[in-house]
Amino acid sequence: MLDPNKIKKQFPIFKREINNHSLVYLDSASTSQKPQAVINSLVNYYKNTNANIHRSIYKLSEEATSAYENVRSQTAKFINAKSSREIIFTRNATESINMVAQTWGKLNIKPNDEIIVSILEHHSNLVPWQQLCKEKNAKLKIIPLTKNYSIDLKNYKKLLSKKTKLVAITGESNVLGTRPPLKEIIKLAHGKNAITIVDGAQMVAHSHVDVQDLDCDFFAFSSHKMLGPTGVGILYGKENLFKKMPPFLFGGDMIKTVSKYDAQWNDIPWKFEAGTPNIADVIAFGEALNFLTRTGLKNINEHNKKLLKYAIEEFSKYKEVKLFYAKDSAQSSTSILSFSIKNIHPHDIAQIFDTEGVEIRSGHHCCEPLMDYLKVPALARISFYLYNTFEDIDLAEKALKKTLKIFK
Amino acid sequence: MDIYSEIILDHYKNPRNKGSVKNATATAIEHNPLCGDKIKIELLLDKSNRIKTIKFSGSGCAISQAAASMLLETLTGKTLNEIEKIKSREIIKMLNIPISPAREKCALLGLYAVKKAVELAAKPRNSKKRSK
Repeated sequence: MLDPNKIKKQFPIFKREINNHSLVYLDSASTSQKPQAVINSLVNYYKNTNANIHRSIYKLSEEATSAYENVRSQTAKFINAKSSREIIFTRNATESINMVAQTWGKLNIKPNDEIIVSILEHHSNLVPWQQLCKEKNAKLKIIPLTKNYSIDLKNYKKLLSKKTKLVAITGESNVLGTRPPLKEIIKLAHGKNAITIVDGAQMVAHSHVDVQDLDCDFFAFSSHKMLGPTGVGILYGKENLFKKMPPFLFGGDMIKTVSKYDAQWNDIPWKFEAGTPNIADVIAFGEALNFLTRTGLKNINEHNKKLLKYAIEEFSKYKEVKLFYAKDSAQSSTSILSFSIKNIHPHDIAQIFDTEGVEIRSGHHCCEPLMDYLKVPALARISFYLYNTFEDIDLAEKALKKTLKIFK
Repeated sequence: MDIYSEIILDHYKNPRNKGSVKNATATAIEHNPLCGDKIKIELLLDKSNRIKTIKFSGSGCAISQAAASMLLETLTGKTLNEIEKIKSREIIKMLNIPISPAREKCALLGLYAVKKAVELAAKPRNSKKRSK
C-alpha cells in the first residue's frame, strides 16, 4: 500500500498554487513531477562533483565518472539487462528510437522489406520508421485495434511475413493506455527472424520491465516520465546487435584512436555516446530509480489502477462525456484515461480545468494517426501517478462540472 | 476577466458567416497542428474587388471558432488591401479576453486563413494586370 499524501510531500512542486488553487497534476503521462531527492542530486552534482567524465585522472573526474557509470549499471538492473554494456544514454526516448533507425535500420532495411508498427504509436515510434521506409523503398504496415482498443493480434499475425524485418511497438499507449501483449508479439516477430523494438516510455514508469524475459531486441525509454530529469533517454539493445551497429554520432569519447584520416570506434556502449553526455541529469536519474525501487513499481501500479477505476466511475456519470481507454483485461489501461465532451473542444476543457488548478493534457497527444483512427480531432486526457489522490479526481470532476456549466 | 466571455461563447455556439461560398474567388485552409483546429475560408469579390461574401468552415476550440466568426463580421465590403493590413493585435483587442501564449494561435487562426485567401485572391488579379 502506498500513501500518496506522504509521497506528495516529497515533491516540492505541490507547494505551488495554480490560479489560487492547490496544484492538481494529472498529466504524468506527459512528464512526471520530480521528488526533492532528484532535485538535490542535481544541485549536489554541480556544487560538489562537477567535472567531465571518461577523460581525466583527477579526483573530481573520477567521482563524476563513477557516479555516471553507476547509474548505467543501476539502469541495466532496473530493466534486467544482461550487462551495463547494453545501456546507452541518449537525450530522450525519441532519440533512442531514431538511433536504431539511423544505425541498425540503415544497415539492415532493404527495398521491399517490411516494418510493422501499430496504430497506437506515438509519432516518435512512427515517423522514424516512415522515413526509413521512404529512404529504403521499404513498406510500413500498421496493426489496427479491436473495438475495445486492444491490439488486434489476429491481424498482426496476418501482417507478419518473411518480408518483415522489424516490429516496432509501444509498451503502453499514451492515449488509450493499451498494453499490447509484448511477449507474444516479440515471439511471433522472432519466428519470422524480425528484430523488435519496444517504445517503453509510457510503461516503464509503473510496470516492472524485464528485457530478458520480453526478449525484445531494443527497448527505448526516458527518464523524465519516471521521476527523473528531462534530457536523459535510454536505449537498451542486445549486445550482439550493438556490436554490429555503426556509430550514430561522431566525435569525442566515442573513439578508441584517431589518426589524421581515420578513426577507430570505442567499445559499446561508449561508441554510441559521442561528446560530453548529460552527466548531471543521468546521475539524478539514478535517484529517480532509487525512489521508484523504494516505493515499488507494483505498489505504484496498484495505486494507479484504483485511481483510474474511480475516475472512470465518476466521469461516466456524465452523458456528455465519452471515455476512451483500453478495456480488455489482458491489455487494459492502468493509469490513462482520455475523454471528449460533446461540442466542447479539448483545449477549452483543459483551459477551464486549469482555472481550477487541475492540469490535464489536451490535443492530439503526438498521435495524429490514432486520432484519425478514433475519428476525433483531439482528446483531453488525465493520467495518474504515485502522488495522485482520490481528492485529485474529485477536483477534476468539479472542473468537469464547471466546464459543462460554462458551455451549456 | 474570463476567457469564456458571453460574446465568445455566443459566437462559438451561433457562429456568423459559417458555411461555404458558391463560385468563390479564393479558398484557403489553415491548421493548428497543436490542437487539430482547422479553418477554411472562402471568399467572393464583387466587381470593385471588395469582399462580397466571406464564409468559414471547419472545427476547433471556442477561441478559434469565435475569433473567426467575429472577424468575418467585419470584412464584408473591405478591399483586399485593407484586409492585408489587419494586425494580429487588432484581433486580440477585438476578442477582449486574456489570451495566453498557448492560445494565441487559436485566436489568430481565422486571420491567418483569411490572409492566405486574400493573397490567393490577389494573385490572379495582379498577374492579369501584368499580362496586359
